[in-house]
Amino acid sequence: MIPFLLTVVVPFFQGIGYSFVSWNGMAKTAKVFVGFQNYMAVFSDKRFLDSLVRTTLFTVVTVAIVNTLALAFALWTTSRIKARNAGRAMLFMPYLIGGLILGYVWNYILGYGMSLVANATNNSTLFFNWLSNKQYALYAMIVVATWQMAGYMMIIYIAGLEAISGDVLEAAQIDGASGWRNLISIKLPLLMPSITICLFLTLSNCFKIYDVNVSLTGGGPANATEMISMNIYNEIFVKSNFGLGQAKAVVFFFLVALITFFQVRMTSNKEVEC
Amino acid sequence: MKKAKSTLSSVLLVCLSLIWLSPIYIILANSFKSRDEMYVNPLGMPVKFSLEYYSGAMEKMNFLRAFGVSLVITIVSVAIIVVLCAMAAWMMARSDGKLSKAIYYTLILTMLIPFQTLMMPLMQEMNSLEKLLGFQIKDTIGGLIFMYIGFGAGMGVFMFYGFVKGSLPRTLEEAAIIDGCNTWQLFWRVVFPLMKPTIITLVILDVIWIWNDYLLPSLTLKSASNRTIPIGTQIFFGQYTIEWNMAMAALMLTIIPVVVFYLCAQKHIVKGVAAGAVKG
Repeated sequence: MIPFLLTVVVPFFQGIGYSFVSWNGMAKTAKVFVGFQNYMAVFSDKRFLDSLVRTTLFTVVTVAIVNTLALAFALWTTSRIKARNAGRAMLFMPYLIGGLILGYVWNYILGYGMSLVANATNNSTLFFNWLSNKQYALYAMIVVATWQMAGYMMIIYIAGLEAISGDVLEAAQIDGASGWRNLISIKLPLLMPSITICLFLTLSNCFKIYDVNVSLTGGGPANATEMISMNIYNEIFVKSNFGLGQAKAVVFFFLVALITFFQVRMTSNKEVEC
Repeated sequence: MKKAKSTLSSVLLVCLSLIWLSPIYIILANSFKSRDEMYVNPLGMPVKFSLEYYSGAMEKMNFLRAFGVSLVITIVSVAIIVVLCAMAAWMMARSDGKLSKAIYYTLILTMLIPFQTLMMPLMQEMNSLEKLLGFQIKDTIGGLIFMYIGFGAGMGVFMFYGFVKGSLPRTLEEAAIIDGCNTWQLFWRVVFPLMKPTIITLVILDVIWIWNDYLLPSLTLKSASNRTIPIGTQIFFGQYTIEWNMAMAALMLTIIPVVVFYLCAQKHIVKGVAAGAVKG
């Protein structure tokens, strides 16, 4: 329990303390108490607010795509076909490779690789370096995050689907429910617990995304893809504004906690017993 | 008719899965190609398979060393997390004191704190601890393992606690006590073996997390001899020039162990990930 106290509890309270001082991180310079000034500065920092909006947009889009895809994959691989196990195994694979490595893989494909293909095919409207275009670099982040998480969420949806008892589905069939009807009126409501978990995991993972950001775009071009985590990191370890950066980190904690709390409450209210 | 439909569905699924994994194929194919070949033929199979870039990449990132460091950190951290959390959760679940409830809820609530909120104060705290205790913590493998134990404690205790409360009958332990078990024996001979499903789940989740973790090691491990695999890969992707052939060989080197691990323990991994989510 000592490691836990030292690595989580103490830094958490220390962190709140740091957020009230102005300090450049050097042991020699004094920490000046500035009260809530850091927090005021956080909310007038345009770069931070921009990255907050960007992260929110990225999260909403990615969560929607990941969960739709994952659910579709799960429904497909729980149907009685021969290739279902092979399919599951391959679709899940990317999750096991760490975010940093995944980012580098796609860094090649969407960046350098794309420009090579453009050269070889003489077609630069379809193929160009995504990572040097502000808008497409953000799309690239969505693609990679989707590729990483969809298989993981699929596994959770599969577990949920397999827990639905065959009797219920059979009863629905006898009552004349077609495939779609079956999905919307029976499977989805009974899947609500899995949906709660998957939304929670994707929401918090997208909000906290950092590794993929570092290796795929590095925040560029011109900070156009800098997410909140990277903004906090840069404020503290690159610009050496320890107090301001920590104030951002504390704000970030409350944001993540609030958002996930409301999401879990909203979706678990929709859970039904059968 | 029905059979034909299901075969078609199978074929489609395999096609989709192969497309899904095509990025890895592209990296694999290009890791064998020379610069010129990459330029004229970015997508196809390489003409000849030269391992030149692999040996270069292995040397540059000191692959065997990085692999060893990652392996030691992962195995030791996960082993300690599992044993300590199992013990702590068992004791907490079996005592009705207010203190153990308080500790339990603190552990659960702190799981919500993002690492980014803790990273700077954690580093400062380690600096002052180093001064206080007089030995190095940052940039050592032991120090990093210590921190992983701290960060892993919340989820570990949470999962074991749920298992003990939910599916470990108290009568079993009482019977063992009557048979003359002391607490230590009771834990190792009765409780711990029964926890096996939870242990597997926790091991899988923690291995995936620690093996791939980037931010914490990048903050603590500074010297070249302590590089983990993710940190080692980073040196191929400098700011201006990237030697892509070698970089891709390096990426393949880091992906291969993961694939091997996956193929060996596929059943456990899939089950563990699903069970972990349901419990979490």
